[in-house]
This record gives sequence, structure tokens and C-alpha cells, in this order.
Amino acid sequence: MAWMQPKGDLIQAKPQGLYCKAGDFYIDPLGPVEHAVITHAHGDHLRAGSAKYYLSSACTGVARRRLPAEAQLRPMHYRERIALGETRVSLHPAGHILGSSQVRVEHGDQVWVVSGDYKRDPDPTCELFEVVPCDVFISEATFALPAYRWPETSKVALEILDWWHTNRDNGVASVLFAYALGKAQRVLAELFSHTSDSVYVHGAVESLVDAYREAGICMLATLPATVAAPTDYAGALIVAPPSAAGSAWMRRFGEHRTGFCSGWMRIRGDRRRRGYDRGFVLSDHADWPSLLRTFSETGAKRIFLTHGYTDAMCRYLQEQGINADALRTEYGAEE
Amino acid sequence: MRRFAELFESLDTTTSTAAKIEAMSAYFLAATPENAAWAAYILIGRRLKGSVGPALLRKWLFEEVQLPAWLVEETYASVGDLAETIALLISNKDALQPADISLTQWFTARILPLGAQEESERRQHIVGWWHSLPYRECFLVNKLLTGSLRVGVSRSLVTRALASALDLPRIEIERSLMGPWEPSADFWQTLGKNNGSLGNSHPYPFYLASPLQQQPAELGDRRQWLAEWKWDGIRGQIVRRASQSALWSRGEELITERFPEIIAAAAALPDGTVLDGEVLAGSASRILPFASLQQRIGRKKLTAKILNAIPARFIAYDLLEFEAIDWRPRPLVERRAQLERLIQGAALPVMSLSPALLHGSWEELAIARDEARARGVEGLMLKEWRSSYGVGRQRGAWWKWKNDPFLFDGVLLYAAPGHGRRSNLYTDYTFGVWLAGALVPITKAYSGLTDTEIRRLDGWIRKHTKEKFGTVRSVDPVQVFELAYEGIAKSSRHKSGIALRFPRIVRWRTDKPAEEANTVRDLQQVLALHNGA
Ligand SMILES: [Zn+2]
Ligand SMILES: [Zn+2]
Repeated sequence: MAWMQPKGDLIQAKPQGLYCKAGDFYIDPLGPVEHAVITHAHGDHLRAGSAKYYLSSACTGVARRRLPAEAQLRPMHYRERIALGETRVSLHPAGHILGSSQVRVEHGDQVWVVSGDYKRDPDPTCELFEVVPCDVFISEATFALPAYRWPETSKVALEILDWWHTNRDNGVASVLFAYALGKAQRVLAELFSHTSDSVYVHGAVESLVDAYREAGICMLATLPATVAAPTDYAGALIVAPPSAAGSAWMRRFGEHRTGFCSGWMRIRGDRRRRGYDRGFVLSDHADWPSLLRTFSETGAKRIFLTHGYTDAMCRYLQEQGINADALRTEYGAEE
Repeated sequence: MRRFAELFESLDTTTSTAAKIEAMSAYFLAATPENAAWAAYILIGRRLKGSVGPALLRKWLFEEVQLPAWLVEETYASVGDLAETIALLISNKDALQPADISLTQWFTARILPLGAQEESERRQHIVGWWHSLPYRECFLVNKLLTGSLRVGVSRSLVTRALASALDLPRIEIERSLMGPWEPSADFWQTLGKNNGSLGNSHPYPFYLASPLQQQPAELGDRRQWLAEWKWDGIRGQIVRRASQSALWSRGEELITERFPEIIAAAAALPDGTVLDGEVLAGSASRILPFASLQQRIGRKKLTAKILNAIPARFIAYDLLEFEAIDWRPRPLVERRAQLERLIQGAALPVMSLSPALLHGSWEELAIARDEARARGVEGLMLKEWRSSYGVGRQRGAWWKWKNDPFLFDGVLLYAAPGHGRRSNLYTDYTFGVWLAGALVPITKAYSGLTDTEIRRLDGWIRKHTKEKFGTVRSVDPVQVFELAYEGIAKSSRHKSGIALRFPRIVRWRTDKPAEEANTVRDLQQVLALHNGA
């Protein structure tokens, strides 16, 4: 990268992840560190091996399932302030998945906020994104192209329902692929107000549904998709992680249609390339208008972008006279 | 229009052939005759003349969005489709469902009149649609405007759906759809029904061979099959009726005026004759490579000089109509015998019969196929003697047994994002070979890797970019790929001086260092061996 981050910056992009020297902690580190502040429990943000994890209380249920038993967790309520080194750190809802947080770091007279992954759309499985005023905002940019504008979630939920019912009328199963953590539970929660049928879930989804239920989230009743006879699945909805597509596990469903819930489904080329029968535009990340709105609402004088279409967004912001740069990180494009 | 948009959506979102046919058939059954005719017209890929070109739409898009031009450009590169980019950037997310306007109305009252309008008026209409229509309809209207609705249905799927909706034989449907026709209620009412009254120059649908994937011996007794060279020209149909001749290409284009010598010769055929064959460049003694034929087609004006330098000829394969009777249901052995008599009787210098290969066994034929390239042909055709003349690519009776391709190893030099379904990935590659210690670009290739390999390579490209030129990236020249191609010709337009035909990737040679890739000299040797064949 041609651009070098100034040495004095409170939070620095290091090979191990975002590092705050004044507080001696990492945010979502890639490898083992002493103090890890975690934005959320997705695999590219929460990794095993660190000595101590700071995370939101709402995140602990899932984190416990994903970390070894001996891992030391320090749950924090949203907006609770703790001292780490010379800094004061608090977590604030990011609206991405259950327990997802933005990290606010205060040092002297500066406030920095690391967004983690976030969205602005309402989601029954997690608290709505909170605008945290700051001097420097470090944001994700997964969908930072103007083509990404999300339709209303309620409309998408109805599309899913419609698709399922059409397949049911034709006597075939509907296999809906959604990331096992977050998206799958959001779909089950969105459908809750439309039907009282139960839904089959893949094993990887099941344990996380349990964690969400323990956190008090209302979702459709679920059954494990372990029954062997394909006749049982005719007309049923099955929620599975995308990794199950094309696997031997799919054989049990007999004749079926496949659908995929993701922001990437906004683009026809992606819908077709991935070979699902249907694509539903449902994302847990901020779309283009939401990113811009968030940058402006935080009042930040500097914007850093961590992952996604960072180049495009940087250039756009710079042309608007906003101080913006891309940080090199290793977060993924999965949702 | 809404119903058609729904049809488009279901065609676009399923990969099952049966489901596609069912969706189209259901649409045809429910639609008014007029709308059904328009839908058929669009689905088989007919284009409207004089609709608005992509250049204008692009210009207006840039003017309409409140975004910097480079960002629109980048979004377009990532989406890969202009109609869709417009819909993604402009369509009205909160549009109340506007009143539905029928597909016919869209064309007759809105799109066709654009042709006679001033640019400013056209702009006003089209931009107005962009802002008022919801995403799906906005996208579709743009597709109709640019006349390129690629929705993954082949012509044969559409005709199967039509046959099922209308309960008529597909062969008759195909026949009606050949040549020029206007979408209208009248057309729909007669579709596939009174083909007897079709115009004089109306051609028949072509029968296409499928690639032979099994061993030829599995076809059974060699004596049951006609073997011919697979000529490398333009598949064509000569229609001689009412003292007039027409020449049609396989793409259903009337190419009569492009080949005056063939048309002049066709005058010697009796009325009520239709021949299937291949248009080639060259003389009876020397067939010229396909590149020459292309050169001739490319000329706007056919001067005496070019007619002399690149003469055209017609090699006849089959007899579809004789004495004004449709001969297609008769067995090939019978059609071929009559064709022979006809061609020999006419004794025309520019028209000959495609010779039957007499090699008595499959083994001997295989040897002949190995020599095919030296003769400038693409391989062999195998046709069952008892077969009738089918429609489209019906498997079983006609096979093409192609030459093995040429192979070479090239180094990946540049990559660009793909279009359409691959617009987020780097899938358009440029490969180089060695020339005097440096790598020079030799060809582009788009296909041949698996989706997993494409994603892996995409990741590698992003990490090993040397420079960016617009959407194109140059990469570290270390990845070697085995490439296949079907033909090679001299070219002044390429830096290497060589142009390859139908290049594609065979495999990723992760085992080979770049130094071991081929050289320009290697390819020149192949060229020297096969040039002028
Ligand atoms: Zn995430
Ligand atoms: Zn992430």
C-alpha cells in the first residue's frame, strides 16, 4: 500500500489486527494476544487462542460455543465503560447479529470508534445500530458500491414465504442457504410473524438457534434435519449454511429448490453464478446509502475503511473533501 | 408487462430445463395472442431495429445519477450489464406499483415510437421510465430497449414451449419462425399451422450435429453411417423457388447478396429445390482457410478484385426440398442419392457435393481424421444413412467428430473482470509467450477453469497486481496455463503477429515455471505447418 498510517494514531492496523497501544489490546485479532476486544462472534472476527476476551454480554452465549472451555471472557453491558491501560473502552450495538458491537475507545481528548460489521436496518434478533459520535470512525465497507441498496426486509421476508409456499404447492422441499450465525436466525425471526409452521435446520444452524433462544429471541419452531425419508421433507423449509450446498447431506431432501440469502444476491450475475434457484437480497451489512449516512451522523473527521470495496469508498469520500483511508485487514466478505 | 417480468424472473432463477419450458408454455397459454407473439419474438432473440443504442443509455445514466463518473464506471464494471446497472442505480425503490402496461403496448406505444423521436424527447421518456419503475421492470425495459435479452433459454427451448402450448409439432413451429416475421395477433394465430403458404424464400430450420463424446465404434456398423469432412465455412441453405434464389446462413441471415457467384449458379437448379451445405472460400482444387472467408464477409463492397482473389463456393450436404416437396422425412440415403444426381446433372463449377469418405472401418476413419487439419477441415461428420433431416440439435443421428485441438503453455499477464454472471471476479485473462527474453501477449481466453479455480485465481490476482489500467490489472508473470485452440493465422493486429481461433484454458499448470512456457517461435512453426491448408 502506498499510504502509511501515521505512527501516532490511537488504533493501528498491524499484521495481527487492529491494535491500540495506549490500551495494549487488539480488536478482533487474527491470532493469540493478551487482550482481545471482540466486535462479534463471526469466524473472521472471533478466533481462539487469546488470553482474555472482552465482548458484549449478548455475545457471550455464542462465543462460549465457539471458543475452548478454558477461554477467559469478560462480558460487558452495552455502554459500560472499562479502563484498559490508558484508555476507556465501551461497546455499543452494531445491528449486525446478536451481540455485535462497535468498540468505542477514548484516550485523552480523542474518541475512536471501530464499527466491526454493521447494518442500519431493523433486525428482530439484535439491538439497532447506535450512532456513537467520534473523531475517527473505522468502518467496514463490504458493500460500498452504489449498486448495493437493500430492499425492505419485510418485503424480502414475504418473498421467501411466497417461494416456500409455491414449492410446497408443487410438493418439493425448499432449502434456504443462510450463514449459520446471524442470517439463519434472522430469517427464522422474520418469518415468525407470518406463519406458525416449523422449519428444519442443519446441525450447524441448530446449536446457534439454541443460543439465540437462550438470549430470548423469538423464532419459528425448528426441527433437526436428521430424518432420513425424503417424503418427510416434501413441502418443508430447510435452513442450512451455504457450505452444505452440493454435499451428500442434501440427498435426504429428495426433489428440492435452493435459495440463498445474501447481500451479494443484489447483482444478477452473482445470483446466476452461484447456481441457486433463487437469490434473496438480505444482508447483515450496511448498504451504500447507510454507510454514507453513518459516516455523516458520527461526525467523524477521519474515516478508515477495513474491508470490502474500500478503494471505491475512499476515493469517493476524498473527492467529497472527507479525510478517508483504507486500512489493510484480513476480514472476510462472508456475512 | 408484469407477467412477462415474472416469466423473465422464473426463467432467470431456475437452472432446470423442464421448469423453463413449463414457465414459457404457461405464459404463452395465458397471454393474449399479441403478447404471446411479442414474447416469442423476444425470447428467440429477435432484435428490434432502430431502438436506442447502449451508448445513449450510458450517456444518460451518467447524467442522471448524482455520482462521479469513475464510480458509475466501477459499478458498471462490477455489475457487468448496462441495463442492470441502470436499474440498480436509478430504479425507484419505493415506487408504488404503477398501472400495468401490456408487453405489446410497451412495444407499439412506447418503444417503437422512440425511433421517430428527437433525442431530447427519447431521453425524456426513457429517463422518466427509469425513475418511476421498480427495479425488475426498469431492468427489463432497458433490456428490451437494447434488444439483448439473454435469459438462458435456447431457441430450441422456446420452440418446445411453443409446441407444447399450441399442441403442434415442433418442426412446424420452427419452420414458421424462420426468416422474417412480425409479432402480431395474426402471426400467433397462424404460427405452425399454414406453412404451405409461407413466402418463396422461406428456409427450413437447420439440423445440427452434436459433438461425439463416445468412441465411434459404439455407433455400431460403419456401413450404416455416412462419413464426410467437417468443412470449416459458413453453414448455408440455398432456396430455389419460383425462378428466384436465396442463400440463408445458419444464423437465419439472408446472405444472398454476399455471394453472387453462388446465387448465379443456383439458377441452374430446378424450381422447388432447397439445399443444405457449406459456403467456403476457394476453388475446387484449393479451399482457402476460414480467415479468408471472414475477410470477404467483412467487405462492404464486393469488387471484382476481391471476387477474384477470394472466390466462394458451395459444398452441398443435403437435399431438403425437391420438386416442391419437403424431403426432410425421407432417409438420408434417399436424399443423398437424389442430391448426387442433381449436383452432377447441373455440373456447376462453384457447386459440388460434399464427398463421402470411403474408409471402410472406424479405425481407418480415425486415421483420416488425424489428417483432417492438414486439409483445412475441422474433423469428420458422421450421419446415419437411415436418418431423416431433424430440427436443431437433436441427438443421435448426426455427430461431429472434431479434430483434437492444438495445445500450448502461456503465462498469465493481464486480468479483467468478467461480465454478467462473473462480473465480480477476474475471469478475462490475457496470456503471453516468450519472444526474445520477454513475454508478449498472444491471446485472451475466458473459459476452461472450474468455479473453484476461478475464485482461487481471482484471489491470487488481487494479491499479485503489478499495475491497474482502468479495470484491467497486470499481474506477476508466474502462473502458467495450458491453452487449446482450433486454428492459427497470421495477424498484423496482434503484437505477436499471430491470431488464434477459439482459444480456451485446458488446465492450470501449477507445476510449471514461467520459463518453460512456449515461445512465439513455437507458434510460428505450427503456423508454417498449417498455413494455407
Ligand atoms: Zn460479521
Ligand atoms: Zn466480517
